[in-house]
Amino acid sequence: MTLWESARIAMRGLRSNKLRSALTMLGIIIGVAAVIVLVAFGNGLQRFVADAFGPLANQIQISKDQGGVGAKDLTDADVRALRDTGRAPAIATVSPTVGGSAQLQLAGGGSYRTGITGTEADYLDVANRELVVGSFFDDQQVTSKAKVVVLGPNPVASLFGGQAGAALGQDVRIGRTTFRIIGVLAANGQQDDVAVMPLGAARSYLLGGGDVVGSVTVRAVSTDAVPQAVEQATTILDQRHGIRDPEDRDFTVTALQSLLDQSSQVLSFVTIFVAAVAGISLIVGSIGVANIMLVTVTERTREIGIRKAIGARRRAILQQFLIEAMVLTGIGGVIGILLGIGISVAAGIVLPQLVPDFPAPSVSVGSVVLAFGVSLLIGLLAGGFPANRAARMRPIDALRHQ
Amino acid sequence: MIELERVSKVYKTGDLELRALDDVSLRIDDGDLVAIMGPSGSGKSTMMNILGCLDVPSSGTYLLDGIDVGGLSDNRLADIRNTKIGFVFQSFNLLPRTSAIRNVELPMVYAGTRNRRGRAQRALTRVGLADRADHKPNELSGGQQQRVAVARALVTEPTMILADEPTGNLDTTSTVDVMNLFVELNEAGRTVVLITHEPEVAEFAKRVVTLRDGRIVSDERR
Repeated sequence: MTLWESARIAMRGLRSNKLRSALTMLGIIIGVAAVIVLVAFGNGLQRFVADAFGPLANQIQISKDQGGVGAKDLTDADVRALRDTGRAPAIATVSPTVGGSAQLQLAGGGSYRTGITGTEADYLDVANRELVVGSFFDDQQVTSKAKVVVLGPNPVASLFGGQAGAALGQDVRIGRTTFRIIGVLAANGQQDDVAVMPLGAARSYLLGGGDVVGSVTVRAVSTDAVPQAVEQATTILDQRHGIRDPEDRDFTVTALQSLLDQSSQVLSFVTIFVAAVAGISLIVGSIGVANIMLVTVTERTREIGIRKAIGARRRAILQQFLIEAMVLTGIGGVIGILLGIGISVAAGIVLPQLVPDFPAPSVSVGSVVLAFGVSLLIGLLAGGFPANRAARMRPIDALRHQ
Repeated sequence: MIELERVSKVYKTGDLELRALDDVSLRIDDGDLVAIMGPSGSGKSTMMNILGCLDVPSSGTYLLDGIDVGGLSDNRLADIRNTKIGFVFQSFNLLPRTSAIRNVELPMVYAGTRNRRGRAQRALTRVGLADRADHKPNELSGGQQQRVAVARALVTEPTMILADEPTGNLDTTSTVDVMNLFVELNEAGRTVVLITHEPEVAEFAKRVVTLRDGRIVSDERR
């Protein structure tokens, strides 16, 4: 009695009860597909977050602590000190910004109040933003305090009906000074209500404040160098602000990396949780297999009796029913994998069209291998007990069964 | 050759002890056609189970072709049933939804025999059902089903064909057909043991053993 013979007998058994075999498989199919699809969605989300915020991983935000009495402002001198590569070798770039708000007015009527950001030429890189149209101001325009402005999407929506092209090249009065619109930012969902201009221009014409800087964005030379950069920036500012006790610090240094790590950790928890929920459906499916195999064995007691009377050894009966169960879950697993990958791919095509920027699910090889392995294991376990019961049956008892 | 020596079979259910076979000795020579008769509860079925190696005696010895069956493992018993015994049951016991020829092939599947299709076809021809090879049991009459069962029993060329009430579910015509088949097989040299309670079936046998209350009460040769 070869394994091949057992497999043929098992296949014949499954084929003789097609509807039941198909329904039993359905439980496994749904379970496997659910695991694959949900893990794919979780992966897609994690990848989306990593892609969107990955470039921020080497950034460090420094801002004034508002609470303390006698707290010193961050100043241009602080910025120059941070730029000293001798004292801060781990720091690559330092970008100061000032912020406030002001009224924008068009000559032809229409006004809108928005946030003002005064910054330097590397703003797009530092803030990880893109332009829809136009260009950003350059170093020369920063030095000369040029009266140019790059608008965020909200003011463009209010003043130009969302027509970025119409805004480009227009003059806009901000406060008491006329600025030329040289570009429009793409939306990022967080800082869209903004007008960005050279740091010096913002100070001179709008916000005042001498050499005070609102916040400083520091970039470390590499993602790995972030902790050193944080330490170096803290040391420099401690010294300049005369801080001896960290408790008295009048500024905060925050590495975005740590926030990113936390968020990706939360996302992987969510993925695991969701996969576990899908796993429950796989378990329910496996109970279905066990149930059907038990029914099958009971129903076919007489067949087992005939086979044993005619000379089937225990092992042959065990093999027959075990293979039946494993074929059931194996085929179910393969169909489930195909279905799961199919749904994930289809969702990756369809969903971004319905919901802009929806993260496309990405199927992980691990989840496919795991789901298939689990479905085979289920066949082994859920089929094992009934098969063993069938194999141990005494032929006379089995033959007497009606 | 079949030798039962002082074989007893005792079933215990709680305090109740049922002596289904009580100290029975019996010898059946090769090529014989024996009917084992008796009313229900006489120990016929127990006798059939023990002769068929489906059950082992509580005491005494059973030698089948010189092999002591009593001490064999389940697997060895399965092998003996496979090679030395061909069963024919009252309720045919063919696999449902399985063609006649596949049913006949079944014992050879477990024996690992080659050229099963050819041998199964010859066995079916022998019982006169060559043209019914692809029919499933539910497409055959009772008499035809029993002839398929006989083909399955003889396909492995066993020492003994053991038939348990083979005509119990058959009409008179089919009964005569099937019994003639057993007589034919016996004339070709095969040992046939019939378990029956019908005297007209026993008519076909060369030797009639009668059981009552687990003992042999008569043993006549005709």
